[in-house]
Amino acid sequence: MSEKKHKLLEVKGLTMDFGGLRAVDSVTLEVYEGDIAALIGPNGAGKTTFFNCITGIYNPTKGDVLLHPQGLKTRRLNALKPNKVTEMGLARTFQNIRLFPDMTVLENVMIGRHCRTQSGIFRAIVKTKGVREEERQIVESSYHLLEKVGLADFANEFSKNLPYGAQRRLEIARAMATDPFLLLLDEPAAGMNPQETTELEELICKISTEEKMAILLIEHDMKLVMNISNSIYVMEYGKKIAEGTPHEIKDNPKVIEAYLGEETDA
Amino acid sequence: MLQNLKKSILVSLWFVFLTFPLMVVRVNTMDQVVIWRWMNLVWVAVGSFVLSYLWRYMLARQQVRKKVADEGGEIRSKTQLLLEDMSFRYKAMGFILLAALVFPLVFDTYQSTIMISALIYVVLGLGLNITVGLAGLLDLGYVAFFGVGAYSYALLNHHFDLGFWISLPIGGILGCLFGVILGFPILRLRGDYLAIVTLGFGMIFKVVMENWGGLSFGPSGIANIDKPSFFGMDLNLADSTIYIYYIMIAMVIFTILVTMRLRNSRIGRAWIAMREDEVACVAMGIDIAKTKLSAYALGAFWAGMVGVLFASKTTFINPASFTFMESAIILSIVVLGGMGSILGVILGAFLLILLPEYMRAFSEYRMLAFGAAMVLMMIFRPQGIISNLRQTYEYKGSKEKKHNV
Repeated sequence: MSEKKHKLLEVKGLTMDFGGLRAVDSVTLEVYEGDIAALIGPNGAGKTTFFNCITGIYNPTKGDVLLHPQGLKTRRLNALKPNKVTEMGLARTFQNIRLFPDMTVLENVMIGRHCRTQSGIFRAIVKTKGVREEERQIVESSYHLLEKVGLADFANEFSKNLPYGAQRRLEIARAMATDPFLLLLDEPAAGMNPQETTELEELICKISTEEKMAILLIEHDMKLVMNISNSIYVMEYGKKIAEGTPHEIKDNPKVIEAYLGEETDA
Repeated sequence: MLQNLKKSILVSLWFVFLTFPLMVVRVNTMDQVVIWRWMNLVWVAVGSFVLSYLWRYMLARQQVRKKVADEGGEIRSKTQLLLEDMSFRYKAMGFILLAALVFPLVFDTYQSTIMISALIYVVLGLGLNITVGLAGLLDLGYVAFFGVGAYSYALLNHHFDLGFWISLPIGGILGCLFGVILGFPILRLRGDYLAIVTLGFGMIFKVVMENWGGLSFGPSGIANIDKPSFFGMDLNLADSTIYIYYIMIAMVIFTILVTMRLRNSRIGRAWIAMREDEVACVAMGIDIAKTKLSAYALGAFWAGMVGVLFASKTTFINPASFTFMESAIILSIVVLGGMGSILGVILGAFLLILLPEYMRAFSEYRMLAFGAAMVLMMIFRPQGIISNLRQTYEYKGSKEKKHNV
């Protein structure tokens, strides 16, 4: 195979306590350039909390989150605010869809461009040439993203009027608009029918190959996970219990136990 | 249909029964006789029947509309479609502008004065529309910024003899500054807590102005504030009213232009995103603190500016002009007109300020009508008179691209 892959995201011994409850217990995880990594585990295992720690919504009790973009300086992400984390190049979607319902589909994506553009209040009022040019670029790049996820025809619809699967795809497009190195998807296939899931699978693979974005996703749909990811991390009760390729995970007794329970002699 | 009629008749009978002792029977204690006012009975019956029937009809219509909307049908009303027609829009705007310009020449000073106060509320509504309508931050103390503007001009004029035109931007900037001052402590608050703190801020302003005699001359207020000067000329009352009217028209146009541009700018989109979902907004890389502060500051700017004009128009201000009632009216203008919609807010301001003015004959029932109107509005058109429209974007490159690929 090719030469050794570049390590993009490095999470070292991440721990998150809520009072006496340890929701995430020293989890170590790595995502490589071009990878599609999956984080799986039973409900309540701490996967979403783990995501929230990386993206700055929670401030982790212990541990380090490091982002190594290729050719750039390493960026330490803990204790940063969520908007700073996004600026650093880590974008996410949410488990329960969080779009801006009363904005159009295109505007939702345009919001994603916010942190990569800079025109301020006064220039917006005067509407200088620079502002107009920037607006044009925002519209153009947002439109391209919509085409990529197949929503260009709905550009001027209110996002609340989109069907469920399309809303999920829009959320991915919005996250991509922030130009991230790494895309975090929190249960992207939740609530989708088999056909929508297949489309999503294709979309994620397309993003990975065409956009050169690494992807880390939480997912319960094992078929999807096994199909697209090249490394899998398994969590249970806040601890990481296994990691490896889909093949290794499938046969790992610990994982089977976590999902199906221990075998007894009864 | 028939059932509606039947139910309405029942309602009207019930009302007749309820109001019978109050409206029909009157005991004249002096002559010890009972007067039967049967005519009132008829009025109550007819009135309650009509209202009840109308109520049912509107509810039914709303149901039908909802159904159509669920099936993906056209839900935009005829007026809305008309508003979207560009050529109609330009014609209407031209006509309104013309009417606005000749208004003070046709009507007398009294009418112009009423119109000025309506225009003041238009600007206040548009300013609050930034904070409440676009950024979704409830502000119950908005009148404080209005007061800041008014007092800054009054004091600058009183102590330093500064003129209206210099004070106008100063008032706006001071309003802005107070917006930021209020913004900092409430960055972390939302919903009910935000409402309470802003309410408190409005109260504090009034109490301070009432009691800090050394600064504000207390409840007796500041008198003899200069009217705006017209190239150094002194104008008589009628002329200066017309002059202020035109200043106000210019200010309204300026406000509309700026808020329109802001709404569809990068900052405006960030405000709306913050209103829609704060968590998602911050996850998209938007700095919530900056966005909130700018929304408060820009909302307060207009209040500060128009406060200067208010002080110069009345030539006398005291803390009694800046009560919670004013904040409530401005907020009602925004909510009634339609949150985020510029045209809606303008209509709302005219409705809420002009109607009570021209209906002085019924002023006893003003609050009653006001309350009833609010309740009806919230049931039948919770989105306001004009609901929020978003700008649509046309991307021309996409079609060519599709052909290429």
